This record gives sequence, structure tokens and C-alpha cells, in this order.
Amino acid sequence: MSKTHVATHINGDSYEFLCNTQQTLLDVLRHELDLKGSKEGCATGDCGACSVMMDDRLVCACLVLGVEADGKKIETVEGLSTGSSLDPLQQKFIDLAALQCGICTPGVLVAAKALLEKNKNPSEEEVRFWLAGNLCRCTGYDKIVRAVLEVAAEARNT
Amino acid sequence: MNYVVPKTALEASKALVQEGAFALAGGTDLLVKLKTKFVSPSMVVDIKQVPKIMGIEATADGWWIGAATPCAEIVEHESFCKDWPGVVEALSLIGSTQIQGRATLGGNLCNASPAADSVPALISARGTCIISGQSREREEPIEKIVTSPGVTALEKGEFILGFKLPKPQSGTGDAYLRLIPRSEMDIAVVGAGTTVSVDKNKKITSIRVCLGAIAPTQIVLDGLEDIFIGKEPDENSINKLVSIAEAACKPIKDKRGTIEYRTKIAGVLSKRTLTIAYERATNH
Repeated sequence: MSKTHVATHINGDSYEFLCNTQQTLLDVLRHELDLKGSKEGCATGDCGACSVMMDDRLVCACLVLGVEADGKKIETVEGLSTGSSLDPLQQKFIDLAALQCGICTPGVLVAAKALLEKNKNPSEEEVRFWLAGNLCRCTGYDKIVRAVLEVAAEARNT
Repeated sequence: MNYVVPKTALEASKALVQEGAFALAGGTDLLVKLKTKFVSPSMVVDIKQVPKIMGIEATADGWWIGAATPCAEIVEHESFCKDWPGVVEALSLIGSTQIQGRATLGGNLCNASPAADSVPALISARGTCIISGQSREREEPIEKIVTSPGVTALEKGEFILGFKLPKPQSGTGDAYLRLIPRSEMDIAVVGAGTTVSVDKNKKITSIRVCLGAIAPTQIVLDGLEDIFIGKEPDENSINKLVSIAEAACKPIKDKRGTIEYRTKIAGVLSKRTLTIAYERATNH
């Protein structure tokens, strides 16, 4: 069966790819474009490990068809750092040990970044509710929540 | 699987009428069904480029919500949140932030789950939907759409273009509550949407309570007008509401709750949503 041509922007760069209509955006990112930062956890929208931004909305890449990305702006965890300098969220996650196995981390980072762009001063409750769709089976969430709150506080003070 | 992106409502209907065609809006149900092989479409019809199907706007007599508008966009609309806080409460409960970035009202309705959160709230607000088809467009009350779990009254080739909600008259309030076994991200054991209007003396002039997850379809409670119209709610009338809500229940029993539990909760949530909606109405 013939593949569909898709033209999209990912992390500021133009991408063109061919994909099967059944492939999800997550399949395309990982298997066609070699952007393996976004992880597949459940593949049914429950765990958030594949969280990406599509046209400035936080979505699960596993619940988007690859063909739907045509003409869209996609941002993934690979776009967070600039060259070798990490995003403040990435650095804080390392400093506070807010990750263990790391599978959920890319999705959590993308989701947390989306929150801080919308809300510069989130309460702990707001952070917890916003990240409720990002499951982590290692950390118990506390360090993740503290890292996000600290980054928000530091950004407000600079 | 073919994938088409129709640019007009008519093109969309012509595609959807074909055997094995499925409509795609936010995809939060359809992609799961694809993954689990619950459905195997020969064609997916992405309806998001049909005119008017995306976006929320104030109209001369109320609100238009495009059927494929993501919940996150609706919840961000400040004046809509002021007009229909109960509807917004219901939308805010659908899945996670990520799900709300894609999930739509059209999809929540057409997935036809008895436990859909937006549906009781929209029905209590007396919303209608505009259905687009091959030969005509029609408008139906939302409670006419779901006929049994997973089944809608839509005909072959039809899809929901959008929803109309009235501009709430002065002295109107609505509320939605649902019970789930944990604090977030679960399916309703019971959901209740209530809309009431009051006059300047705080007497009720209209009332509508709709329950979800307590029967194969959403249920609008009957007989409330005789009890509430022309009065302020009191213990006696609220007790009658609880009895009517409990009597309306024909729930399933599953891991989330027994029949007795769902029935009891239906009464409790009816009472609580009435209390909140009445409070909002008297301050509106």
C-alpha cells in the first residue's frame, strides 16, 4: 500500500516523511525520524511518556496519526536543550534526582514546560493536577513536583 | 486504511457514507480502538478541516462550539466559563491535560458511553447539536443522540458539526459533579449535571437534572417542575429530588461500584449539584 507524504515542522526544523496511515505520530518520530526521546509506555494515552506539543497544545503522540502532523508544528523533548546547554527543567531534574529509570522523564519535561509557559507561578496542587497524565512508577512524584516548583520560582526571580 | 481530509461538510458526509469509514476528530477514542484492533476502518475521515467544526464563539443567542474543538480550548474561553461553569467543570474532568489537548465534545457524545462526562452537563444546559449529512443539516436536542452504549441515532454519512448552547438568562446557574474511585483520571461511577434558573425572589423558574453512568444512556429526571417551580429548594423538595434520582437508576454493577452504591450516589450528586447550581443562579 502506498505511503502518504507528510510535511511538518519539528523543533523548528522542516521535516518531510512518508508514512503508513496507521502509524501514529509517536511511531513516526521514533522509527522514521529517529527522534527517540519520546517514549512509548502504554500506547493508549494513559501514561504520558510520549507527550509532545502539537501547535502549542500538549498531546500524547500515541493518540495522533502521523498523517495528521501535516502542516503542524511539533515540539518534542529533543527541542528543549540549546546545543549543549540544558533547559532549566532538565538541569533541575538532574540536580534534584527527579528521575530514576527515565522512561517517563521526556514526557514529564515536555508537559512541565507547557505548564510553566501557561502559568509562571503554579501551586503544588496545580503542578500535580497538570502532570496527572504523566505516570511515573519510580520517583513517587515528589521530586518531580519539587523540581518543577523550583524552576518556576527561579524563573520568577531572574 | 485510507485517510482523507475533506474540506467541506458535504465531502465529509460523502466519505463517511462508505462502508468501513470512521470519523476522526480528536482521536482519543478512535486511536485506542485502532491500537487494540477493536475497529479496523477501511477509511479514516479526518473532519477537522470542515468549516465551523473547530472553535468556540459567542453567537446572537448563545454559544457555538465546533464539534472537533479540543476541550482545552473551550476551558480557556473566559466568557464561556462565566456563562456555563458546570459544562466547563464536566469538560475539565475528561482525562488528563494531554487528552484535553485533543478530546472533543463531538467525540465524547458519539463515543456514546453512558459515563461520558460532558454529556449530562450539556443536556442539563439544554444544548442542541447540529448534525451534518449528505442531503440535509438537522438540529437535535443532545439527549436524542445516544440510544444505547456505543450506539447513536446518527444515520450513515452523518456527523456532528457543532453544539449550540443558549445564552443563560439572568439568574441561571449550572453545576456538574462526578464520583470516581480516585482523585483524577478515571471513569464516572455516577455523573450529575444540573441547571436551574431563579427569579428575583430566588424562586426557581426552571430546573433540569441529567444523570450519567446510571443507565444505558444519560437520563433526564422527570417530575421536578411540580416540586421546585415557584419555590426555593428546601429539605422536603431536596428529599424528593433524591428519591426521583434513585428511582431513575438502572445501573450496571462493575469494579467501580455496585448497583446499590451507584443508586445511592445518584441521589447524593443530584442534591449537591442542585445546591451548587442554585447558589450560582442566585448570584448570577
